Amino acid sequence: MRRQELRLSGSGGQGLILAGIILAEAALHDGKNVVQSQSYGPEARGGASKAEVIISDDIINYPKVNKCDMLLSLTQKACDKYIDSLKPGGVLILDNTVTEHPNRDDIKIYSIPILETAEDTLNKPMVANIIALGSIYQLTKVVSKESLEKAVLSRVPRGTEELNKKALGEGFKLIKNHKDSSYGEVC
Amino acid sequence: MPSQLVDKYFRTESLPHIWCPGCGNGIVTRSIVKAIDNLGLSQDEVCIVSGIGCSSRASGYLDFNTIHTTHGRALAFATGIKFANPDLHVIVITGDGDCAAIGGNHLIHAARRNIDITAVVFNNNIYGMTGGQYSPTTPTGDKGTTAPYGNIDANFDLCELAKAAGATYVSRATVYGANMIIKQVEDGIKNKGFSFVETISICPTYYGRKNKKGDAVDMMNYLKENAVNKVAYDKLPEEKRKNKIVVGELFKGQKPEYVEQYNKIIESF
Amino acid sequence: MAERTVKLMQGNEACVDGAITAGMRFYAGYPITPSTEIAELSAAKLPRIGGKFLQMEDEIASISAIIGASLTGHKSMTATSGPGFSLKQEGIGYAVISEVPCVIVDVQRGGPSTGLPTSPAQGDIMQARWGTHGDHSIIVLYPSTVREIYDTTIRAFNLAEKYRTPVILLMDEVIAHMREKIEIPNDDEIKIYNRKKPEVNSSEYLPYKVKEGDIVPEMASFGEGYRFHVTGLVHSETGLPTNDHKIAEELTTRLVNKIEDNVDDIVEYEEYRLEDADEVIVAYGATARSAKSAINALREEGIKVGMFKPITIWPMAQKQIEDIAKKVKRISVIEMNMGQYFLEVDRIAGKFTKVDRYGRVNGELITPEEIVSFIKEG
Repeated sequence: MRRQELRLSGSGGQGLILAGIILAEAALHDGKNVVQSQSYGPEARGGASKAEVIISDDIINYPKVNKCDMLLSLTQKACDKYIDSLKPGGVLILDNTVTEHPNRDDIKIYSIPILETAEDTLNKPMVANIIALGSIYQLTKVVSKESLEKAVLSRVPRGTEELNKKALGEGFKLIKNHKDSSYGEVC
Repeated sequence: MPSQLVDKYFRTESLPHIWCPGCGNGIVTRSIVKAIDNLGLSQDEVCIVSGIGCSSRASGYLDFNTIHTTHGRALAFATGIKFANPDLHVIVITGDGDCAAIGGNHLIHAARRNIDITAVVFNNNIYGMTGGQYSPTTPTGDKGTTAPYGNIDANFDLCELAKAAGATYVSRATVYGANMIIKQVEDGIKNKGFSFVETISICPTYYGRKNKKGDAVDMMNYLKENAVNKVAYDKLPEEKRKNKIVVGELFKGQKPEYVEQYNKIIESF
Repeated sequence: MAERTVKLMQGNEACVDGAITAGMRFYAGYPITPSTEIAELSAAKLPRIGGKFLQMEDEIASISAIIGASLTGHKSMTATSGPGFSLKQEGIGYAVISEVPCVIVDVQRGGPSTGLPTSPAQGDIMQARWGTHGDHSIIVLYPSTVREIYDTTIRAFNLAEKYRTPVILLMDEVIAHMREKIEIPNDDEIKIYNRKKPEVNSSEYLPYKVKEGDIVPEMASFGEGYRFHVTGLVHSETGLPTNDHKIAEELTTRLVNKIEDNVDDIVEYEEYRLEDADEVIVAYGATARSAKSAINALREEGIKVGMFKPITIWPMAQKQIEDIAKKVKRISVIEMNMGQYFLEVDRIAGKFTKVDRYGRVNGELITPEEIVSFIKEG
C-alpha cells in the first residue's frame, strides 16, 4: 500500500484526536507502518482541532501531512481551513451541517449527517467520532474492518462497547446508503 | 581540650570556619549538633542540607551526610532527598536571604507539603557573605550597603510566613539563648512534618556596624534584653510589645506528613 | 528470541517507558508544554513500581529535587521545555561540578521566552551545550523516532551513571507528541549501567578521588554509612571546598576530559545512504526524517545524496564529520534554527569542503520538498 494521508478536522471536544488514534491502531493491527499526530492550540474545548494519520507499507520518514488523500470536516471552519490541503482526486467527508461546499471539481464530496446520527439516532453526541470512523472505513478501506472494530473496542470506555459498535455500523450505513459520487458532485 | 561535640560531629580538617569573630552562626551550628546528640541519632542517618551564604557553610564543617547546594534551593534539594529516602533525618541550614528571598518559594511549598524536614534559619538580618546588603528580614529603616539611605522594604516575619504556609512546628530563639535553640531543634526533628526554627543571629561585621548596634557583646545584650517568651509576650500590654523578639514555640499543628501520604499511594497497588 | 511487543506509542510516553526500563525511580517536574505528558505518565506509572513522583513548585526546584534524590541512590529525571530549560541551567551546572548523575529532558518549542508553546523548533542546541555558566563539557542526545526516544532515554541514564554527569535529552515537539509504531526491545536486548559503588570502607572513602583506571570517582549514597560532603564549590578529593588554584585547574580539566576523552564511547550516529554520496546532509531529530524523505526523492532523480544524523549531538562526532568532509563536494546542515549546529559543522568540515545551511524558525517542520529544492539549487 502506498502512503495514505488522512486528516480529521473539526472543533475541540468532538473526539477527533481519539478517532485518529483508533484509526492508527487499526492500521497497526493490519501490520502497517503508521504515524498519528494532532494540532495543538490553546483551547481544550472549542477552537480548531485536527488529527492526522499516515498509513504506509513503507517506513514513514516525514511525519506530517501536507497534502492529504482524505479530509473529514465536521465544521464549516475546519472545512474552509483545510480544503486546499486535499489532493486532487481526494475524498472529502463533510458533516451535513457544513453548508458551504468548496468550489472544487477535482475531489469527491460526501455530505453525510454524522452529528445528527449521533444525536438523534444514537442519542449520544459523543459517538460522532466513531460514526465518522465507520464512514471513513466504508469509503477508503484504508484499514480492515476487523482491525477497526478491535481498535475501537480497545479504546472506548468499558460498558460502551455495544453503543460504539452500533456507531460504527451507522457510519458504514451513511456511506452505503449513498449513491456513488462523481467528481465535483455532492452525494 | 576540644569539645567532645566538636571531636565527634565536626570535620576538624575543614576547620577553622569562615565566620567572623562575634558571629552568631557558631552558636546555632553547635546547638543543632547538640540537639542531634541529645536525641541520640546516628550520624549516618542524618542529612544536613544547606544553601548559599555564611550560615550555609556550616554543612561542610559537620560530619554527617552533608550537601551545600545552590542559592535558595536547600529546601528543594532536601525535599528530593527526604522523599527518596525517608529514613534520613533531614535538617536544612539556611540564612535569611537564602530562605526568604531567593528561596522563599521553596519555603512556602515545603511548609505547604508538611514534608518531614527541619529547617533552621540563621537570621542575621543581612547578606553577610556578599558584604552587607539588606535582606528580607532587615528591619524597615535599617541600613545595608544597598540601602544606604535606609531600607524602605517591609521585613518578613518568617515564623508567621511558615505558619501560614502550613508548617506544623514553628519556633524562634536567639543566639543568646542557646539552650532554647537546642530544645527547639530537638522538638523540630521529633515533629513528623515540616518544622521551622528561626534563630535570631548576629552579624557585628556588617549589620551591626552599618546600623551602629555596637560590638558583638552589645548585640548579644540587645537580644538578652529584648527576647520575650511567647507566653509572657501575650500578656504584655500593647505599648510594651514594640521591638520585642517573641521567642519559644510559636505554633504546633497536626497534619498528614507528605512522604507518608505518598507511601500510602504506593502501598495501594 | 522472544517476540517483541509492537504498539502505537507517543514520543513522550516512550521517554517515560525507556526511563523506567533504565531504572528511573524518581521524577520531579513542573508542567510545561510540550513535555507535560512525561510528568503525567511518570505520576501515573512510578508509584505502581515503588518509585516516586514529585510535582515541584518550579523548574529549579524540580532539578534540585532530582539531584538530591540521585544522591540517595535513585536514578532520577526531570523534563521541561525551553523556558524551563533556561531555569534548569543552575541545577545542570551543580550536577556537573558535583558529578551527580541525572537526566534532563528538553522537549523544545519555539523561542525565545514563551515563544511558540505548541510548535516545534530546534533552538536549544547551544543552550544545551553552553547554557550553564563556566567551562564544562556535557552529553546531549537527540532522538528522531519514537523507538529512538525509548532507546536514547535508556542510553541517557546509562551515560549519566557511567560518567557521573547530567545528560540532556533534546526532543522535538513533532516526535514528542506524535504516535508511531514502536517495537519494544526485550529485556535481554537492553544493557543497563549502574553507577560504581565504593569498594573501600567508609574511613578510607574519598568521594572525589578517581581510582587508577577509572573514569569517575566511585559514588556512595547518602544514608549508606559513607558520610561525605557535596558542594557546588570547587572541591578537593575530600569533597570539601577549596580555593587552591592547582586543585581548581585539575578539577575543571578532569570534568571536561572525562567526556572529551571518551567521545568514541559517547558518540552515536546514523549514516543514511552515505556509501556513494557525493553530497551530504547533516540533520538531527525530526528534521532528519524530512531529510530522509528528501534523499529518497533526490536519489530517484539520480542525485547522490546521503545523510549523517548525529544522535549524540554533544560532544560532536568530530572524526566522522571530518572523514565525510574529505570525501564529498558539499555538506548541508538542515535544522529548525538559524544555524546553531551549522557553525560547529563548518568549524570541523569547512577546511575540507563547502558547508551550507538551510533553516527556518516559523514553528513548522522543514518539509522534504524544501530540502529537495535547496539541494538542487546547489
